Amino acid sequence: MKHFAALIQQLELSNKTNDKIAALVDYFGSAIEKDKPYVIAMFTGKKPKRPVSTVLIKTWAIELTAIPEWLFTESYHAVGDLSETIALVLPPAKTAIDKPLYQWIIELAEIGKQNDEKKKEYILNAWNGLSTAERFIFNKLISGNFRIGVSNKILVNAIAKQSNIESSKIMHAIMGKWDPSVINYQQLIQGEHVNTDNSWPYPFCLAYALDTEPENIGIPKDWQAEWKWDGIRGQIIKRNGELFIWSRGEELVTDQFPELHFLKHELADGTVLDGEILAIKDGNVQSFSTLQQRLNRKIIHKSQLTNAPIGFYAYDILEFKGVDIRSKTLQERREILEKTILGLVTPHIVSLSPVIHFETWESLAELRLTAREINSEGIMLKKMNSVFHTGRKRGDWWKWKINPYTIDVVMIYAQKGSGRRANFYTDYTFAVQDGEKLITIAKAYSGLTDKEIKEVNTFVNKNAIEKFGPVRTVKPELVFEIAFEGIAESKRHKAGLALRFPRIARWRKDKKADEINTLDDLRQLLSAT
Amino acid sequence: MALIEFTNKGIYCKKGGFYIDPWHPVDYAVTTHGHADHVKWGNKNYLCHDLTKPILTQRYGLEDNVQTLPYHQQIDINGIKLSLHPAGHVIGSSQIRLEYKGEICVVSGDYKVEYDEISTAFEPVKCHTFVSESTFGLPIYHWEPQHIIFKQIINWITSNHQKQKTSILIAYSLGKAQRLIKNLSSDYPIYVHNSIANLNEAFAAAGVNLPKTIRITPETKKEDLQQGIVIIPPALADGKWVKSLMQPAIGICSGWMMVRAGRRWRSADAGFALSDHADWPGLLDAIKATEAEKVFVTHGSTAIFSKYLNEIGIEAEEVSTKYGADDDDDVLIKSIQEN
Repeated sequence: MKHFAALIQQLELSNKTNDKIAALVDYFGSAIEKDKPYVIAMFTGKKPKRPVSTVLIKTWAIELTAIPEWLFTESYHAVGDLSETIALVLPPAKTAIDKPLYQWIIELAEIGKQNDEKKKEYILNAWNGLSTAERFIFNKLISGNFRIGVSNKILVNAIAKQSNIESSKIMHAIMGKWDPSVINYQQLIQGEHVNTDNSWPYPFCLAYALDTEPENIGIPKDWQAEWKWDGIRGQIIKRNGELFIWSRGEELVTDQFPELHFLKHELADGTVLDGEILAIKDGNVQSFSTLQQRLNRKIIHKSQLTNAPIGFYAYDILEFKGVDIRSKTLQERREILEKTILGLVTPHIVSLSPVIHFETWESLAELRLTAREINSEGIMLKKMNSVFHTGRKRGDWWKWKINPYTIDVVMIYAQKGSGRRANFYTDYTFAVQDGEKLITIAKAYSGLTDKEIKEVNTFVNKNAIEKFGPVRTVKPELVFEIAFEGIAESKRHKAGLALRFPRIARWRKDKKADEINTLDDLRQLLSAT
Repeated sequence: MALIEFTNKGIYCKKGGFYIDPWHPVDYAVTTHGHADHVKWGNKNYLCHDLTKPILTQRYGLEDNVQTLPYHQQIDINGIKLSLHPAGHVIGSSQIRLEYKGEICVVSGDYKVEYDEISTAFEPVKCHTFVSESTFGLPIYHWEPQHIIFKQIINWITSNHQKQKTSILIAYSLGKAQRLIKNLSSDYPIYVHNSIANLNEAFAAAGVNLPKTIRITPETKKEDLQQGIVIIPPALADGKWVKSLMQPAIGICSGWMMVRAGRRWRSADAGFALSDHADWPGLLDAIKATEAEKVFVTHGSTAIFSKYLNEIGIEAEEVSTKYGADDDDDVLIKSIQEN
């Protein structure tokens, strides 16, 4: 555990990718063999079942420190992370327990099956035997939320460097389902389990946002243009008679979309499709908010099947006749894809993502403006001769999104941020005008420069009207322009609608609070989409 | 009548006719220590500890109108008995003890309870009324003993040397810089920025025994800096000069580094929770040791800390001051994190 705690500290001490990779290479070169698969599991977000609830952990920590609950809560607000807060407030350890990481993890899984009394005894004993840094790790092992600024890409590159195995192979090997208590490090990174399991997805190829005029990336004939669809990026896999649907979040979502299950009978074995899961009604792509009704549901109601029927727009084909064809050019893959999709018997549900034919960048730019009419977010540009990359690579794929919607709103609440901004008011709640009243419309955390944050902070300190825990009600004076991607009806929000991806576009110092948008403006926008 | 009152110019002793660390110019200012949020230029007269004077002279050019006292020597100001007692914060830092007709009040300024090898060790002073800071007035702050932290710093520097990196420690010119110099000097040559070198010279002239350091000049070789330790004030941490050094690695020494969020500062490579302020147990111990009937809580987690004191049976009240606002060490580091 000490070794792992040291790794975490090293990873946190640097914000440079190379330093992080160096620290990981070092770690995987010297750590206890049995620990390594667990570490990979943790960094790739594979959570074991939570052994002890947050409520219990918090209660025991408060009990042990003998501080009042409100003081614990204040501490939490200053730290911004529960595991860390507990690690910091506990009295110093009186003993020193030295166990390898994997043993802690196995023990925690065991203790999860015990009664609360046994759990408490175990947790308190552990806290009393670990340093602050180790306690933090221990608490994170319980919560399972181990996000430490190590992307899959960084992890894979480090393991590749340490083991001399090709990075795409490792990425393939560590994605998906495997059990760190069964597999050893070498087996895992060699991908020995990959062939035995039919479900393995390929890493997605991702696009960068186009940050220049399209003229600068080349001539139109070298590029394939498609609409950028606003759904769930997915991979459909058919191998050995089994069908799997993966979302981009490395999640198996096969059961959520029964409409696509016919593919089990119609796709040939050894086929992997990349595309977008969308709500499609009468041939028209629906908004993301419609699709949302269908996401993360264990039971799907009939009405949901009729209101938000699922379809799939195929972008690409990664495996054909059991062969990985990602290194073929896009042009070649598209031909294979077209044949595959046209060979399906069941109509309408799975179709090709249409290619947009265009002669000049100007004409494409014009078409792009119509994207919203078909619930698209803009245009994707893919180089004709590009391979299907692992992850994000600059130059071959670009997303050329349309500009977001914007409205002017006024700030009414402010809350201190977490992390680097734990001591500044950085989280704001905004309102629009509704008759004489102001009505909350969105919360946003980002979009201001550090200098502006300081200015807002000063304003909040001077103009706070009421305190509710960490939240301050402020005089409605500061006007901001917020950008968002879409609007949907919402029963949860007082305004009756919710914005998608709201963020601060700019601070409108030139505007007064009586110049902001109204709820009616937003209702009109809702009915227009 | 209360010995002190909190006015819009600062902490005022009416009977004595003087202010303690006023933030607006007054006729007579008693100064707890040399950090800029406690010393304002433009007072007619200053009273401070013998070792605070060189700071005022070096930084503000104050000379003739500064009266000094050693620790524990009592003087009478308009019937008020006044004496200075070590606060352990930085060199010369003092708690101000006031006594009038058996009523005792202590204004502590900034303080820490751990001995740092360079500032005279903190001394609890019994009183009826105690004015305390609360910079780290949350139970998440527990400092490790400084020898452990210095060992971590040395390990970090050694590892930097192995990787041909230049070790740059960010420390406020007054206080943290001298503390680092004193505790790290036996291991590596220490290179310091002008602002630190100037203060060190002033201290040396006043008889403070500081280890040898090397002033950084345009002629200083980058290779030499890489072999040693570089100490610079926070304002320069993000500058071009640092970037021009050989593989710069920045280490920040501040109590805020206790929390991961504090350490994740964009240009910092390491964070060490080394503070010149008292931690949570330090504040509580110090306050209990004064046996004060009433505690006024100034800058820091004032609301939280005073609420807690009241709950544990110590009458406390938060007061609004201008301390901690600009450039006390830990405060400054916190503010540059946001810049």
